[in-house]
Amino acid sequence: MRLLRIVPDDTKFDFMRFRRISFPISAMMSILAISLYFFHGLNFGIDFKGGTLIEIQSKSGPADIAKMRASLATLGLGEVQLQQFGPPEDVLIRIAEQPGGDAAQQVAVTKVRGALGTEVDYRRVEVVGPRVSTELLSYGVVGLGLAIFAILIYLWFRFEWQFALGAMIANVHDIVLTIGFMSVTQIDFDLTSIAALLTILGYSLNDTVVIYDRIREMLRRYKKMPMPDLLNASVNQTLSRSVITHVTVSLALLALLLFGGEAIHSFTATMMFGVVLVGTYTSVFIASPILIYLGVGTGRDAMTGPVQKVEKP
Amino acid sequence: MLYFTKWKAAAIVLTALVVCLFAVPNFLPEKMVASWPKWAQRHVVLGLDLQGGSHILLEVDTKAVRKEMLETLRDDVRRVLRDARIGYTGLAVRGNSVEVRIREGANASQAQTKLGELSLPLGGILGGTGQRSLDITNEPDSLIRLSLTDPAILERVRQSVEQSIQIIERRVNELGTVEPLIQREGNDRILVQVPGLQDPTRLKEIIGKTAKLDFRMVDTSMPSEQALQGRVPPDDEILYSTSQPKTPYLIEKRVLVSGGELTDAQPGFDQRTNEPVVNFRFNTSGARKFAQATQENVGKPFAIVLDNEVISAPVIREPILGGSGQISGSFTVQSANDLSILLRAGALPAPLTIIEERTVGPGLGADSIAKGKTSSYVGAAMVIVFMIATYGLFGVFANIAVAINVAMIFGVLSLLNATLTLPGIAGIVLTVGIAVDSNVLIYERIREEVRGGRSPINAIDAGFSKALATILDSNITTFIAAAVLFYIGTGPVRGFAVTLGVGIITTVFTAFTLTRLIIATWVWWWRPQRVPI
Repeated sequence: MRLLRIVPDDTKFDFMRFRRISFPISAMMSILAISLYFFHGLNFGIDFKGGTLIEIQSKSGPADIAKMRASLATLGLGEVQLQQFGPPEDVLIRIAEQPGGDAAQQVAVTKVRGALGTEVDYRRVEVVGPRVSTELLSYGVVGLGLAIFAILIYLWFRFEWQFALGAMIANVHDIVLTIGFMSVTQIDFDLTSIAALLTILGYSLNDTVVIYDRIREMLRRYKKMPMPDLLNASVNQTLSRSVITHVTVSLALLALLLFGGEAIHSFTATMMFGVVLVGTYTSVFIASPILIYLGVGTGRDAMTGPVQKVEKP
Repeated sequence: MLYFTKWKAAAIVLTALVVCLFAVPNFLPEKMVASWPKWAQRHVVLGLDLQGGSHILLEVDTKAVRKEMLETLRDDVRRVLRDARIGYTGLAVRGNSVEVRIREGANASQAQTKLGELSLPLGGILGGTGQRSLDITNEPDSLIRLSLTDPAILERVRQSVEQSIQIIERRVNELGTVEPLIQREGNDRILVQVPGLQDPTRLKEIIGKTAKLDFRMVDTSMPSEQALQGRVPPDDEILYSTSQPKTPYLIEKRVLVSGGELTDAQPGFDQRTNEPVVNFRFNTSGARKFAQATQENVGKPFAIVLDNEVISAPVIREPILGGSGQISGSFTVQSANDLSILLRAGALPAPLTIIEERTVGPGLGADSIAKGKTSSYVGAAMVIVFMIATYGLFGVFANIAVAINVAMIFGVLSLLNATLTLPGIAGIVLTVGIAVDSNVLIYERIREEVRGGRSPINAIDAGFSKALATILDSNITTFIAAAVLFYIGTGPVRGFAVTLGVGIITTVFTAFTLTRLIIATWVWWWRPQRVPI
């Protein structure tokens, strides 16, 4: 049996030359993502915005969304969104946070239950009060920051500071682009999205670390190879692994995306974008070439050991 | 890297086997497992999003607690000064303190000493903090200000939470629900999780009600309409009836008997009208107070007040001496039953507000389980096929290692009695990706070493030793992300972090031991002339 070889042996792509294209593109994309965040915004879910989310299932055939909308509009609950959620029987109702504190949110739920009656099955009811939502948002942001910081410290211990910094730039870039993606698609941004962002961070670093590991090894072995060549060789040597791993992760994600249902749809879609598209691109085209600029490996001939602190050129 | 002593190999296989065995109870019917020893019964708990149920987060109303403390303090100040026969004026609650002016300056220091006795050391028997419950300051013009200290308020809020938890436990248990979880969250919050509820409305009514019951007199000196015009006597307040239409009543603030003196409350039916009622019985002191009050007030109406609403205001026809009575007032069978539950369980020390609610119906939960299963099977099948297509025999080895890995994840999760949520299932699927990656790293490295001209056994050996360092490095970063998620996350997100974290640990374990052992055994048996990848 002939085995599948997606990447042939001994590839010699000149990845480093692409940095003159990839860096400007990434910079532009990042600016675009940041402006999207500020001008288009994220579709904050109730976890961070407060409010009520009710998932119902019509007991008698496809749900009549227009009729439900009409009956809910009379309740005076402000902005009420209805949307089909998966099969035609299922409807997702979102009610904006009610003025009047935590107790007012509960009143809204009671009103909706009253209006829709027993014609429907209440599959899910989530009510997040104003204080909890503020806390959850700050936890999320703090968590993300904490994770990036902890990983930075770890990489600094394990590699040289240039590697830690390079990985950090690459991964902040991933997060920024993913947030841009969430803004464009207007995917619900909730606690699960924070989980997705952190997983993307973990995976993307995983990839970067594998390549950095190889770069460090090469630095020890070939003390006279020019830096761009050395980086190219490292990326090429790990290319087969990168591709195979990403195919398997994509297969797992694809299964979740197709069969995992609506509840984790936004999670898997974000992961697909972040891990498969951005993460791979970043570790090859950003994380590795940036080491050239950070001064890794300059003046190696004069040294006996591997990378050591080096005078800035 | 390819040499294992017999002991080491046995230890590895045994560890993996034992961990896998812990997963077994999850796949057997409950009855069968029930007869096993406790330690073997540990299993994965399905999260509320998978089995259906309600998650309700309540918060003690700190403002209400402070208000009540200040009012009690004001009454205490009045009592102390009266007992000491010290003239005072302008006793009132202002902001976070109680202020009082002593009429004659000469008495001020005596008043301060007396009032100083109201300030108690905090911390109970431990009491080592040196903090006290009050700050007492002397202002000009013989004004004394008594302020509640922050630790005192905090302490009271903490006590309120503790008491509330006990009371909620009693109330929820009366509903006959299975395995409710009631626990403190932070300083002033209580988390209630009840699995398997279709409609949490009743649960919320039961746990959210303060259920503060008072028996008080109705002030008949003026009609309530006249008082509503703006002349409410200082010792009275206007309260409305629970029944529609809301009728106002002028009620004395003084409490004859409070609900705390009830010993029992049971739902029943009125013998004449056959309406649902609640029958109650007072304890000895309550019965005495009630008897005295009814003796003094025959012919006048009194009010039964629940959470500042008047349930009913009957006229006292004759003294009630037996210490038991009946509350009637437009009850349904269920509301009479609920009120009895609340009265038996006792009143909450402070009002609670629902600040977060997440309820999943059992239908959605079952759907989610089904979807989780389907996507896991499909994902696993695709990965298995892809691995065999890429690595042939070594792909089979990888699949075996990954399968054992997944079994071990379930074993560890069972051991931890962890909660499996839908995002948790996603975490397991992603772990499969990571686990496969560790094999890919090893195999790719072996390929490289073969291309570099090493002999098969040599290449495999070198491939392992070089790849393992990378696997460790790359997994630690993902593990850090999982740890942070666990720390900040709640509910489903935490479930995701747990499976991801556990998955990383088992992955590293498998890569370092089992995968190596499998391939070492294969090398030992076959003495391969070339590496088949």
